[in-house]
Amino acid sequence: MSAPAYTVRTGTRASRLFGWGLLALLVALVAAPLWADRGMIQDLFFILTMLVLAQFWNLLAGYGGLISIGQQAFVGLGAYAMFGAVIVWGVNPVPAILLGGVAAVLLAIPTAFFAFRLVGAYFAIGTWVIADMARLIVSQWQVVGGGTGTSLPREARADMWGVETIAALFDMRAAAARDVLAYWLALALAIATVAGIYALLRSRQGLALAAVRDNVEAAGAVGVDAKRMRWSIFLVAAFGTGICGALIFLQNARIAPDAAFSVVDWMAYVIFIVVIGGIGRIEGPIVGVLVFFVLQSTLSQFGAWYLMALGLLAITVMLIAPRGLWGVISDRTGLQLFPIQRRLYGGRIAKETP
Amino acid sequence: MSILALQGVSKRYGALTVTDDVSFAVPEGQALGIIGPNGAGKSTLFNLITGNVPVDAGSIMFDGQDVTRTPARQRCLAGIGRSFQIPQPFSALTVFENLCVAAAFGRDLPERAVAEDCATVLERTGLIGRANAPAGGLSLLERKRLELARALATHPRLLLLDEIAGGLTDGECASLIDTILEIKAAGTTIVWIEHVLHALTAVVDRLLVLDFGRIIGIGDPDEIMQSPEVREIYLGIEA
Repeated sequence: MSAPAYTVRTGTRASRLFGWGLLALLVALVAAPLWADRGMIQDLFFILTMLVLAQFWNLLAGYGGLISIGQQAFVGLGAYAMFGAVIVWGVNPVPAILLGGVAAVLLAIPTAFFAFRLVGAYFAIGTWVIADMARLIVSQWQVVGGGTGTSLPREARADMWGVETIAALFDMRAAAARDVLAYWLALALAIATVAGIYALLRSRQGLALAAVRDNVEAAGAVGVDAKRMRWSIFLVAAFGTGICGALIFLQNARIAPDAAFSVVDWMAYVIFIVVIGGIGRIEGPIVGVLVFFVLQSTLSQFGAWYLMALGLLAITVMLIAPRGLWGVISDRTGLQLFPIQRRLYGGRIAKETP
Repeated sequence: MSILALQGVSKRYGALTVTDDVSFAVPEGQALGIIGPNGAGKSTLFNLITGNVPVDAGSIMFDGQDVTRTPARQRCLAGIGRSFQIPQPFSALTVFENLCVAAAFGRDLPERAVAEDCATVLERTGLIGRANAPAGGLSLLERKRLELARALATHPRLLLLDEIAGGLTDGECASLIDTILEIKAAGTTIVWIEHVLHALTAVVDRLLVLDFGRIIGIGDPDEIMQSPEVREIYLGIEA
């Protein structure tokens, strides 16, 4: 008998179909300023930025086993770094977004240094404490308004890269053009985030990440450097979260410590999105953010009842479907939109259709 | 030449000495069996050799290099592979992916370069039919085989097996012995902790007896099993 040949494949027919569907969706989203009004553009911006935050938290908690509840530190610091660069150095707000990511990484290094000494619930609480310390320290920064906050300077808003072009292109006012600019940046960030995380999970490092999550000791015994894996994803998540925070407050044009470091807005909602959608899967946050948006736009007028409803729904999903809505769909249908599982075909393996 | 040499290795947990001045060497290509009652410090000895637990005193040489203070990951890259007594699969990954992790990181190779090799290891260990099954859903025998396969995927020069035959039926055990004999014939040095003595004696060249962390006998398996000290310790376990 000749030597059997094996091949490894990750894609499925459903995922290839989905790929084309996704491409069509992306084209429609890029063209959104042509078919959506300003309110819809703002809604889409909200969905995309929450998706980015949820994807990075899912990377930390769902793949890295790092349950941080202090990611608002990076949202807040990223936003404040952007404001600071604009106000103090006169940097254009658009490139200043990148500085938000850099500042978040600079905070993430000491955070990881201390928090990685803690395990499980202690790690979670440790990150929260560090985030609150960051909020208190930033509240002392008078140039950006101290505890009461500040607005993006008028000149900076007027000179923002690309706004004039967009205003001329769609024949709209500067304020609406700024929303379009922020929306396109959010769309680019969301695409880069999902594509980047997907590429990571399909790479060798993605396998190591899953191994560390499933069993740290065994991962070490086969040569995986668990410590390095955790450091890298923590820093990557901080960078992305910082950029996203800067972008959120660029669109907002106003910042205050309580809003920028809000544990409800940037942590509780994000955890809700990931848990509802399905933790440890790329599809999870996508499903979760859509559910969250629908709930928010229909129920938020009920004030406190809305928050209670969110809590109740989260508890129900955790009890009935611990792997989230996407977990249920995927278990029932075997559907994978972003397949990462490596499957072996050929050789002595019984025939299977990919 | 010895591939593995321990010299005066000791490990204490508080007042309890779990490894007490242990010295032995394993020549390349040979198989050494380790027996001893529960709590004799057998698994601890493995943890010391792999670097999962630091030694308090003594030295460990692997392939002529002092690895006493080398981290576990580096020892794996150097060629020490192990199976765990209680199988520890990466349960959300498939059997094939479990091997991919071990092969890619244990040998520091790109994923594409190890796929064919992982398939070969799966064939050798009888797991090829379960390649795409999630490791969390395997039977006990399959989990034990996965432990073996995952250790083999790192291409170890020294393979440490921790009670891999425990809990298997006679038929399952016999087929596992065949697999391990093949691995030995391919030139891999084996150190094997086992309670199932007939499995052990079918494979090993020498036997080491551990009791209360001390070596109380090492040598030819038949002679060791005849010695009064060993018979006394094993009286309740083996007739």
